[in-house]
Amino acid sequence: MSEYKTTIGIECHVQLNTATKLFSAVDNDAVDKEPNSCVSPIDYALPGMLPVLNKAAIEKCVRAGLAMNCKINLTSRFDRKHYYYPDLPKGYQITQMYQPIIGAGVIHLPDGSDVHIEHAHLEEDAGKLTHFGTYSLVDLNRAGTPLIEIVSMPDIHSAAQARAYCEELHRLMMYAGVTNGDLYQGNMRFDINVSVSKTEELGTRTETKNLNSFRSIERAVEYEVKRQIEILESGGKVKQETRGWSDATGKTTSQRSKEEAQDYRYMPEPDVPPVVLEQSYVDKVAASMPMMPDEYRSKFGLLNLDHSESEAILNYPILAKRLNEVCDRDIKLAPRVAHWFSGVLLSEENQDKNFTLATAEELTELSEMVEKKELSSTGAKAVLMEMYDKKNTAKTAHALAKEMNLLQENDEGALEAIIDEVLTAPECAKAADDVRNGEMKAIGFLVGQVMKKSKGKANPATVNELIKKKLQ
Amino acid sequence: MKIADKNTKAVDLVREALEKAKQYEDYHCFISMNEARALDRAREIDEKIARGEKVGRLAGVPYALKDNYLSREGVTTAAARMLDNFPSPITSTAVAKLEAEGAIMIGRANLDAYAHGSSTENSYFGPSHNAVDFDRVPGGSSGGSASAVALGIVQFALGSDTGGSIRQPASYNGVWGMKPTYGTVSRYGVVAMASSTDVMGCFAKNAEDVDLVMSIMAGKDPKDSTTLDNFWTRELADAKPKKKKIGIIKDFLGDGVDPDVVKTVRDYAAKMKKNGFEVEEIEMPIMKYGLAIYYIVQPAEVASNLSRYDGIRYGHRASDITDLDSVYSKTRDEGFMPENKRRIMIGNFVLSSGFFDAYYLKAQKARTLLINAYNEAFEKYDALVCAVAPAPAFKFGEKTNDPLQMYMEDVMSVPPSMAGLPALAVPAGTSKDGLPIGVQLIGPRQSDQMLINIAKTIAEAK
Repeated sequence: MSEYKTTIGIECHVQLNTATKLFSAVDNDAVDKEPNSCVSPIDYALPGMLPVLNKAAIEKCVRAGLAMNCKINLTSRFDRKHYYYPDLPKGYQITQMYQPIIGAGVIHLPDGSDVHIEHAHLEEDAGKLTHFGTYSLVDLNRAGTPLIEIVSMPDIHSAAQARAYCEELHRLMMYAGVTNGDLYQGNMRFDINVSVSKTEELGTRTETKNLNSFRSIERAVEYEVKRQIEILESGGKVKQETRGWSDATGKTTSQRSKEEAQDYRYMPEPDVPPVVLEQSYVDKVAASMPMMPDEYRSKFGLLNLDHSESEAILNYPILAKRLNEVCDRDIKLAPRVAHWFSGVLLSEENQDKNFTLATAEELTELSEMVEKKELSSTGAKAVLMEMYDKKNTAKTAHALAKEMNLLQENDEGALEAIIDEVLTAPECAKAADDVRNGEMKAIGFLVGQVMKKSKGKANPATVNELIKKKLQ
Repeated sequence: MKIADKNTKAVDLVREALEKAKQYEDYHCFISMNEARALDRAREIDEKIARGEKVGRLAGVPYALKDNYLSREGVTTAAARMLDNFPSPITSTAVAKLEAEGAIMIGRANLDAYAHGSSTENSYFGPSHNAVDFDRVPGGSSGGSASAVALGIVQFALGSDTGGSIRQPASYNGVWGMKPTYGTVSRYGVVAMASSTDVMGCFAKNAEDVDLVMSIMAGKDPKDSTTLDNFWTRELADAKPKKKKIGIIKDFLGDGVDPDVVKTVRDYAAKMKKNGFEVEEIEMPIMKYGLAIYYIVQPAEVASNLSRYDGIRYGHRASDITDLDSVYSKTRDEGFMPENKRRIMIGNFVLSSGFFDAYYLKAQKARTLLINAYNEAFEKYDALVCAVAPAPAFKFGEKTNDPLQMYMEDVMSVPPSMAGLPALAVPAGTSKDGLPIGVQLIGPRQSDQMLINIAKTIAEAK
């Protein structure tokens, strides 16, 4: 079956994190709010209501477009897309059918492949319908939330690449600061168009809609590819249709065939004037863009990190930014900070920490202390956690280490006193003899005893050297 | 305009208007009255005057409000069953501005449902009557407003004009009707008909009153992105035409136009000549396509704008329904009048996939040519003059069975609408049967006050 080539194009809806909705001045953040509590007369589509474009959404669009290396169209327009559903109060969605704000671009994936962006357009989200036995309830809190729909070219050829593309898109949107990026809340939703073919000509595609986790994207592509190949192998034809994915069954199922597709009767939106931007405005937004994952990648490449380690850090723009700042201060000290991020901070129990708290200066200093053996790696991790504890952020790494009584004892005179004490202790006599007899394994026990007596402040390497000197 | 002051009580002005409304009840100018609230407001204004406080430029002036404007006072119906019993939580910008100047709404004026029509015969609540001839239509869609002003019930009334809905009833009833430049007055809070040509305007009996009311309503509204910065800022006397040259549109003086109407236009032209204007007849062949352009673009926007009336959130909802499809189909079948449905059908047809380019897109291109033709004419002329409608007011039922004949009513009034131009309808003569005939003055964008200035000059000339 390997002779089949898979072709995938992905449409992604990104909810923008503007303060207010796309065309009305009510709260755009409906998380944990009562149903229908964030709804203006405009969202409710009362007679005589007119949409008023939220300028902040335009800036977010420009940022998103720049993050994807896209052309920003200086003139864009809105259109009406008509269909009837109770979650669509006006009976049409305001979208950009003909002249979208974001033009063609390209995204570079971590594996080196490129996925081209066809265009991305700005539109409003619909509300939400919840179905019960004999009735359904409408919640319009989400109606009018600004969305950008990012349409990729069919440049993707495997489930893993599809996932990588979606993950990178998520990263880019987070770096650009245009979305809260919470997939569970539906901040980003993906539609995957999949087809398989043995020839150069593309096969019939299916569209699986509304995926909202990276894992389900990967699984849904795998399932669709397998399903389509099975159909073709058994002599059947793939039907062009819209399908839905179930995480529970791990299967896609048919929802709507091409014949049932609606005629949306697109019409230019007469109530919203065209959006006309100056190039100088786009330049200004471009100047305010932060470093993007790609730039970080080329820089972090110098640190000899595992691929998974650096990608994990890149998932958190603030950590990437901090690591980069540490690099700029002293690149030799950066790998250790990277390990702290990936190994300590991103472990399950620390996910709720406020990652903005420790500054690059503090992190560099902490790494330097370990480098200079002023702090053990265990001690350093303790200080690190303290840094992310809000109460103590005002203090330097050194001051914290001192306060926590973690500074290592490097003074050989003081250490020798402790070592002598340990070597003469009855419980250590056997181990000391072993070492004298050349059984170096036993030295670990002695170092441990010294560490214990010094309350962890002794530098184990120094202790090791001193014991060897004394016993040989 | 009779405005309340120390000697004229607002309460008396309002009472007089309410009494006249009662006296002419048979004309069915109003869908609902606002009696109690109007009298309360009048008393408040009188108290203010008694205390020596400042009152607005329209203090105590009663007016009729076309019932497609939303206002917290009473219910808005748009003369459709669909919005029967719809109490609005908001007030339209135009109404809010008038009320801030002390104007008092005494009732909601009748119209064709959703402003679709030229006679008020499409009103769910039944038609209004022509102020001059009870057996004839008052025109439409703002027929109730025009008739109420002509009968002297109110000193002014609000209307909306998408393709002639102010000018044609003004002409039929012998009053002034102003369709301003597109974007002059906010559309916020007015039931939308066709968004790209809807304008809010007024009826009155003289130039000064039209100018006063419009100057109050005009101006930028953050709630309507298509509104223009306020240009209605001059004294009427300062808005003089520069060229003193007028073009008479010859294309509307030929076949299919009532001889009395042709004579009225020519008489008006002669009067202009006598009063110092250079007057020429000009040919504008593209005018004959205006109606075709309009009856593609307008129904498309109508179909779109009426999509929100789905029975889900407010307004009428059909009973005995078991599934979603019938919520929509039965509700909309019951809630809309036949003319509304006709326009929804046409609109959806021209927007449907495979037909969009041939109809909607082509109409929009033709619309650009129409605008260009006007622009060219305005290089030479201050204003263009033609009749408002091909004939005076017709009798009830005369055209109800022939929608195309009814659409022909709009042939002269839609071209300025498609171009977003100001057009002022003024009484200019009468037919042999004594029916009023109006002409319209059409000018470049934002030349509204100049049109009023010209019409005033001619109205006051001997």
